[in-house]
Amino acid sequence: MDGVSESGTQLDFTVNGEAARLRCAPSTRLSDLLREQLGLRGTKVGCNAGDCGACTVLLDGRPVCACLVPAGQVEGRHVETAESLAGPDSVLSNLQQAFLRHGAAQCGICTPGMMMAATALLRGTPSPDRGQVEDAIGGVLCRCTGYAKIVDAIMDAGAGAISPPSPDAGAAVGAAVYRLDGHAKVNATEKFGADSWPQDALLVRAVRSPHFLADFSFGDLAGWQQDRPFVTAVVTAADICGVNAFGVIPPFADQPALAETTARFRGEAVALVIGTAEELVAADLSDFPVVWQERDPALTVEAARRPGVAQLHETRPDNLLITGKVKSGDGAAGLSSGDVRVSAAIETAYVEHAPIEPEAGCAWMEGDVLVISACTQAPVMDQEDTARILGLPLDRVRIIPAAAGGGFGTKLDVSLQPLLGLAVMKTGRPCRMVYSRQESMISTTKRHPAAMRGQLAATQDGRLAGMVFEGEFNTGAYASWGPTVATRVPIHASGPYNVPHYLAEAHAIHTNGPVSGAFRGFGVPQATILQEVLMDRLAGELGLDRLDFRRRNALVDGDRTVCGQQVHGVGIAECLDALVPAWQAAQARAATFNANGGPMRRGVGVASCWYGCGNTALPNPSTIRLGITADGRLRLHQGATDIGQGSNTVITQICADALGMPLADFELVGPDTAITPDCGKTSASRQTFITGKAAELSGRRLRADILRLSNMEDESEIRIEDTCIVITGAADRQRIDLATMPVDEFGYVMRAEETYDPPTVPLDADGQGEPYAVYGYGAQVVELEVDLKLGTVRVLHITAAHDLGRVINPLLATGQIEGGIAQGLGMALMEEYIPGRTENLHDYLIPSCGDMPEIETIFIEKPDPVGPMGAKGLGEHVLIPTAPAILNAIHDATGAWIDQLPALPHRVLAAIRAADQGH
Amino acid sequence: MASTAFLCQLTLSGPPCTVYLYTNEIDNEFNRETMNYLRPHLLEDALQWLATERPLVIAGCTDIYPTTQAPSLDGPLLDITALEGLRGITVADGWRRFGAATTWDDVLQADLPPSYRMLKQAAREIGAVQIQVSGTIGGNLCTASPAADSVPCLMALDAEVELASVGGSRRLPLADFLTGPRQTALRPDELLVAIHVPRHAEAGLSGFAKLGARRYLVISIAMAAVRLEVEDGRITGAAVSVGACAPVASRQTGLESRLVGRRPDDIDALATEAMPMIADSLSPIDDVRASAGYRRQAAAELAWRSIRSLCREAA
Repeated sequence: MDGVSESGTQLDFTVNGEAARLRCAPSTRLSDLLREQLGLRGTKVGCNAGDCGACTVLLDGRPVCACLVPAGQVEGRHVETAESLAGPDSVLSNLQQAFLRHGAAQCGICTPGMMMAATALLRGTPSPDRGQVEDAIGGVLCRCTGYAKIVDAIMDAGAGAISPPSPDAGAAVGAAVYRLDGHAKVNATEKFGADSWPQDALLVRAVRSPHFLADFSFGDLAGWQQDRPFVTAVVTAADICGVNAFGVIPPFADQPALAETTARFRGEAVALVIGTAEELVAADLSDFPVVWQERDPALTVEAARRPGVAQLHETRPDNLLITGKVKSGDGAAGLSSGDVRVSAAIETAYVEHAPIEPEAGCAWMEGDVLVISACTQAPVMDQEDTARILGLPLDRVRIIPAAAGGGFGTKLDVSLQPLLGLAVMKTGRPCRMVYSRQESMISTTKRHPAAMRGQLAATQDGRLAGMVFEGEFNTGAYASWGPTVATRVPIHASGPYNVPHYLAEAHAIHTNGPVSGAFRGFGVPQATILQEVLMDRLAGELGLDRLDFRRRNALVDGDRTVCGQQVHGVGIAECLDALVPAWQAAQARAATFNANGGPMRRGVGVASCWYGCGNTALPNPSTIRLGITADGRLRLHQGATDIGQGSNTVITQICADALGMPLADFELVGPDTAITPDCGKTSASRQTFITGKAAELSGRRLRADILRLSNMEDESEIRIEDTCIVITGAADRQRIDLATMPVDEFGYVMRAEETYDPPTVPLDADGQGEPYAVYGYGAQVVELEVDLKLGTVRVLHITAAHDLGRVINPLLATGQIEGGIAQGLGMALMEEYIPGRTENLHDYLIPSCGDMPEIETIFIEKPDPVGPMGAKGLGEHVLIPTAPAILNAIHDATGAWIDQLPALPHRVLAAIRAADQGH
Repeated sequence: MASTAFLCQLTLSGPPCTVYLYTNEIDNEFNRETMNYLRPHLLEDALQWLATERPLVIAGCTDIYPTTQAPSLDGPLLDITALEGLRGITVADGWRRFGAATTWDDVLQADLPPSYRMLKQAAREIGAVQIQVSGTIGGNLCTASPAADSVPCLMALDAEVELASVGGSRRLPLADFLTGPRQTALRPDELLVAIHVPRHAEAGLSGFAKLGARRYLVISIAMAAVRLEVEDGRITGAAVSVGACAPVASRQTGLESRLVGRRPDDIDALATEAMPMIADSLSPIDDVRASAGYRRQAAAELAWRSIRSLCREAA
């Protein structure tokens, strides 16, 4: 044993009712002691600063953040963790069952902390009211759910055991079944990126640039390493055998895994230090031998476009990465032809995804195959990028995604995957890496800050005549998803409306800011803010009801979009119509409230959204394999990563009904690049649509094979009984004896494997074509209260109507809507990432449970002719209308227009003052 | 060698199971690079170690752990949470004493007069439950954040702090203790052991208002604490304190004297005079949470609302 543990203090305490005795440094965080020494990894670490509450445990029955409790204070006391919640044999407690029943766990990373905070409350208050629950869980942040289902679950924990829905064959789609992967999430046994690693794994830490722009060189690396016996290896760009450039869009791949001579943004990795975990984890790396030569950075678009400013990439003059453009008719002429014209300019901030799980994972060699298990949204893209950087053939890199504790777009790009790969290749040992919260915030992607200007015109009868939009999107130091944002924005900036004359351009511009990438909506949420504010201004000028004005201009079946694409299954009008009662009631409530005077004013706002599902006019196939084994097991190889949104469940539901067998018969396999075919990335609201479609096709194919083999009619019932498939028709019954059938290369006696790639038509120079095969639609009504003297905004109620085409799982769908609204609300009111200043979760604010309004969801099911069983995507749509509806409601309440997001109290108050002076 | 002997002596004076020593036993020399952690029962042990080794004093640790990502803290550390008499609320000799290691959860559970309502309201706003269970009243003062939620309340309660060292103890008004952002009058050998509130300041009603950009777990943009004494239809005493709008929270003495003598149901006329009076007295900063100009206005508004609401309650 080394000196450190020998000289640690002996501690005696109880954990989950059992005596524990161990030696450790008494200032060890309790979270670390539980996870590292006792192996109780149900306690999650999201920030190590008491900002997120994920590590909440009970100390003598009271909730504490385990990351803030020194081990020395635990002596003689009782610690309870999430592992204590379930009964013997993992029988779920009432609280855990309530979480499952209500869909309160999405990604599941906050779930243990939430349940422990709830446990502290429920012991003294078995039937809490909403306010008590909010006070109890106010210190635990959730980024997925919008909190509504968590609060409901805690309030309903007293209901006891209720048997879960188990739909019959053919009845899975539309059923509110609990998430199939939910048990591990509520039982604190889910393995996230930081939760498991090979026993002798070395730790990897990155040395990162503290500067926005700096050239650098290394000093005596060997000497530095030699002075530190716990350091096994140091890795720099010089160790990279492959191409030191990754990127989600191969032609634009430009981001080094480790910078070579210049670090182009604060937080960029320049070296790796690999060593024994116990010592390296606490080692001070500030004296790592690197010499920085700081240079003047360009942090804003304005600075990056100044003549003579340093170019981030030689091949991209004026720091312009790309411009996306859509032109139909004549935008300027359209504006002139209108009777009324309005304009607006709005700026948005960097927004951080803030998944409660910072990036984490481990890697090891299996034979000559590098295996990486880390949180991700895109296993095959990880495989491709990592293989290229390491100079390995694709089949020598295997990605087994760990559970992802939230993603929202930031876990699409590789983060630590190539770093882990480099470390394993260099040392030949298994390695693990866990980002700190700050490391996660400074080094991973953000939502693009946008500076947008636009004009919108309409004729006196309330028909849109023309629109012109231009936006500059700060894409940061590397390309990432900048091209996608620049392409998507002009396609969507018209909103789901008929705009006869249209010109929209979006420029992605490099700066030395953090890399802007994918964040739920790929720039469309920003563009929609501008568009929907213009809609309100125009309605105001025309004296028209704002919702009715939108309804008049809404796209309907057979209309052509600004890309010239004829669309079908268009549900925006239905969404707006469904909101009319809520819209009128909210306006009446606001009018009554405002008649009382006082400093509080209520306002109501509405905004629409549309969003094309899948890649923009590029192939993005998914492949689903479905097999039956000789011993009668039905296996679905599902390669889409479920980051909490529910694809494991939804895709299986679709497949079950296509096959005509009960959901309960399915075994899920994967995701794992070695055993699941490519289902593409979890982004662009594509999994339900594209992977769902592949699952539907596979299910139908296997069903057809079974019926053909048994020579039975289409309507027959199919069951597996032991090692036989039993097919029952109206007059006949047949059996297929699986045990006697030949086994194929995948271990199956019957197998179907189908690929689906949505049909699109490439866009021409004017952005004309068919960028997406399926669109989803929605609209939201926001009711809020503004304090005229303080500029504070409290959102009271949101009614959300979303057209899903076909609701595959209403429980999961409402969870997506509530969670999307929470992120939209954060973007509107509080989220502003300022590089170098808000690199933690107390300066960067995401909504807490007390910030959420009551949310009412209305599902519209206007079937899509292409989507599986009529279904459309949903994941991104849900946050798009929230921020503009909030801005429109603030204007309704106060007369003030917000032109810079987030609408922090001081900005709202300034806008109110400006509006007062303007009138 | 001397250090090692000293540490042994300490283990004898306190119950051994709660005194943690973590020394580099190999070279038998007290080594600052090695983590040391002491959690004594007796104040004299704590003070003596403080006097000689200058450890960092820790209690709820809600501010110290966030300064690092390491799994443990650098020492030496003096953990005061096991000290006798440092936790709890007692009354004696005309003063109410809050032990420095009293947690915000303790404050919330305590039976306190209405003049402490503001302190309870502030306690409820300190982070969230988890932070209130760990965080202490003494820690909130010693970290001396300009945005410390308890400070305006304790100032409006005329609180004094008791500082102890091996040389004895002294008391300071809270306003003299807090000397700047993250700065106090605490000498390196001193420990903040208690906060004392005089009985005269326990009169009346009180209220606290905090403004932040989200509901829970939020650092204040501005806050105000107000205590009003009303007798026979007149304001007989007023304490108004504003926080997060200057290097240190401060009392609004000018405004307080303008309030005294007024009828609580007739203070609206004072608003136009009072609000600029508050705003002008502040020296806020621009930061990621708000602009300085906004802070002035918001603080004045918060303070005035609290005053008005207490007046309505009193009337």
